[in-house]
Amino acid sequence: MTKPKTVLFACGTGIATSTVVAHAVEDALKKRGISIATRQCKTTEVVSHLADVDLVVSTAQLPKDLGKPAITTLAFLTGIGKDDVLDKIETILKS
Amino acid sequence: MAQALMNYLDPGAILLGVEAKSDQEVIRLLAERLHSLGYVKPSFAEAVLAREAQLPTGLPLGGDNNVAVPHTDPEHVLKPGLAFAALTAPVSFSNMEDPDEKLPVRLVFLMALNDKDKQVEMLQEIAGAIQSPETIDALIKSKSVEDVSRLLG
Repeated sequence: MTKPKTVLFACGTGIATSTVVAHAVEDALKKRGISIATRQCKTTEVVSHLADVDLVVSTAQLPKDLGKPAITTLAFLTGIGKDDVLDKIETILKS
Repeated sequence: MAQALMNYLDPGAILLGVEAKSDQEVIRLLAERLHSLGYVKPSFAEAVLAREAQLPTGLPLGGDNNVAVPHTDPEHVLKPGLAFAALTAPVSFSNMEDPDEKLPVRLVFLMALNDKDKQVEMLQEIAGAIQSPETIDALIKSKSVEDVSRLLG
């Protein structure tokens, strides 16, 4: 077993939206046989939470040039393009 | 699962056939209901408007009938509740993902959140409901509180 990758979920308040997205991504990846560790924060605090993080998934605009892979998406709220975003997440986590 | 949504959605805070000129007007209208029904403090409306200006909540569904989920910090909330408006004509909300993009919104869910776990459930169920184009369509056409309860309950 390799150590699960850590995904940081961000939204405006770091509570409601990011929790919904974190649950949705965690469940969907589990179905693909991938387990992840999740963390959450506000988009304005992302920079100070990046240590050990493999990927940032946000529902709101992120600061530029985080130096880590980052995806901004509403797919896990609206359902639109969900599979494409999951493919993208899977590719990043496997690299 | 979606039943919990109706636990929060107060029948007195379901507004159908709303004619509003702006996102602010819809938010004020719904916030007023939540206030008179005892869910939120008088400061709630302004706090939601301020947050919406900074961190917008429009969710693009790929067409002309989009959804917005305005909300604000727990300190303005007395107990968790949900207000809902269906608009006769769209008003413009900014896209959560890209504040520079404006979205025509027909359905507004104003969330009064004060419990981290409950607010997650509320938003999760709204997300579940809006992922069905049939539900969106039916909500826009709904004529009564019963129609809305049936669609969200």
